[in-house]
Amino acid sequence: MSVHTQTSSPETIQSVLGSKARKRDWRKREVAVAFVFLAPWLIGLIGLTLGPMLYSLYLSFTDYNLLSSPKWVGLQNFVTMFTSDERFWVSTRVTIVYVIFGVPLILIVSLMIAALLNSKIAFLSGYRALFYLPSLMGASVAIAALWRQIFGGNGLINQILSYFGIEAGSWVGNPDTALGTLVVLALWAFGSTMIIFLAGLRQIPAELYEAAAVDGAGRVRRFLNITLPMLTPIIFFNALMVTINAFQAFTPAYVISGGTGGPVNSTLFYTLYLYQQGFAQLNMGYASAMAWLLVAVLAIFSGLFFWSSRYWVYYGDK
Amino acid sequence: MTSVKTHTIPRIYPGTPVKNTFVRAIIRHALLICVLFVLLYPLLWLLGASFRPNNEVFNGLGLFSENYTIQNYIDGWGAGSASFTRYFGNSLLVTVVSILGNLFSCSLTAYAFARLNFPFKNALFAILIGTMLLPMHVTLVPQYILFNKLGWINTYFPLTIPHWLGVDAFFIFLMVQFIRNLPRELDESARLDGCGHFGIFLRIVMPLSLPAIGTTAMFTFIWTWNDFLGPLLYLNRSDMQTVPLALNAFLDSTGQSSYGELFAMSVLSLAPIVGFFIVSQRLLIEGIATTGMK
Repeated sequence: MSVHTQTSSPETIQSVLGSKARKRDWRKREVAVAFVFLAPWLIGLIGLTLGPMLYSLYLSFTDYNLLSSPKWVGLQNFVTMFTSDERFWVSTRVTIVYVIFGVPLILIVSLMIAALLNSKIAFLSGYRALFYLPSLMGASVAIAALWRQIFGGNGLINQILSYFGIEAGSWVGNPDTALGTLVVLALWAFGSTMIIFLAGLRQIPAELYEAAAVDGAGRVRRFLNITLPMLTPIIFFNALMVTINAFQAFTPAYVISGGTGGPVNSTLFYTLYLYQQGFAQLNMGYASAMAWLLVAVLAIFSGLFFWSSRYWVYYGDK
Repeated sequence: MTSVKTHTIPRIYPGTPVKNTFVRAIIRHALLICVLFVLLYPLLWLLGASFRPNNEVFNGLGLFSENYTIQNYIDGWGAGSASFTRYFGNSLLVTVVSILGNLFSCSLTAYAFARLNFPFKNALFAILIGTMLLPMHVTLVPQYILFNKLGWINTYFPLTIPHWLGVDAFFIFLMVQFIRNLPRELDESARLDGCGHFGIFLRIVMPLSLPAIGTTAMFTFIWTWNDFLGPLLYLNRSDMQTVPLALNAFLDSTGQSSYGELFAMSVLSLAPIVGFFIVSQRLLIEGIATTGMK
């Protein structure tokens, strides 16, 4: 082999050199071409994301109502939030309750259904599709309107209950249960989370289960000692995504409460209150402060979550 | 202990009665069907109620009625301040322009990240990932101020232009991952045949990326079609409204007397989603399974 390369003809050397020069030229052009390709995204990044983020950071220290120019107030917005704005605390509490009940429910139900589907089962693709379908509609106005009927005074749920002789009032109209109906709506749309679990379950090598079965491990043991550890990366991903989404839920609460967050602020999501402050009362400085607080909380949460992952997420190479 | 079944491929080991696996399968199906029934019943009920006369909408759990009528659809269609012909037209316009925008900006950006070398590539990619996790609310207020200054309130620009500028980082990420897995040999041979970067992009990479393009188009369609907050902020002229906004206005103004009409319009607003889902469900489900999108 080496003999061949040493005795290469002048023509080949020439062509190699030529291609090197061409390659350099190509490389130089490549950078220019790359930035042409990137141009739309870069314009959007600067003009619609990074620039606005900085501007809203500035606004969060101001008093601004869109009509007169922003007035610098220092930390006043944050002080008001923490010390004298009752609705801020209500909206925080509502959102946290929603996340604490909604997220684990969605994860558990998704995992259970995915485990049921993860076998050589007939009609698998049909089941998958039907379970997935609601998740495409969960954030739509049409479904929120339907929910208002289903959980209304003479809605579907109460009609079912009345068959069993139970009389209940409107679930949507009762401050104790209104938030619950929104949790149920979020749960109803669990399909997309379930599909990701199912894809993860299919990645687990069957040999592990065979070996465990030969060793005499039962169903429960196999689930706890093989499925769960092998699935922790997917659990991690799903938990993060579902939580971040839950913090940002808006449409169902808006539609079901008619934009008020009622009854008695029981569905006043953080995002809904932010919307009211910013766009109903035009307190744009205050709304910006709330938005940045949300970013900070989500960043801290994600950071802690990533940090915790080293203790409970199993990656195969370790 | 006798239940020895492997994970994905059930195999029958000595000592496992065949009957056992059969019973198991039956139980599995029964459970799944029960859950599905609870899940889908509201949708079926909605469909049934939309065809019942208004005085029957709230009577009974059932799906059926002897008095089925399409009156709700006829009345509902013209019920808003403009007709639903207008609203559906508006929604369609916004959705189509948004899809085209996403395909344009995301595919160009993805090609650059997947195939080209340029300074600060890793840093920019990290920023791209960062924007994926960023809650949209932090840009909500300043974007509104910006679009307001530009005089874009009550136009469709705030709902469509951002897509042409690649704000949906999710789809860029999806396409980058997809293009990275395409064999580079094809690029090389196209280059030897005299193709430039635009040629490679248009003739080689894009045709091979059709699955990723399809997934992007479908999800953009569903998100834009359902989008409520954007139109709520930027469209307050009633003849500009999109379908979700019109439905919400309908809900606010409606008493129980016209719930049937509201349901009829709800069904129509969901129909395109179901229709596209049936056509492309494989694509959607593969897409979500590989990238983890909602």
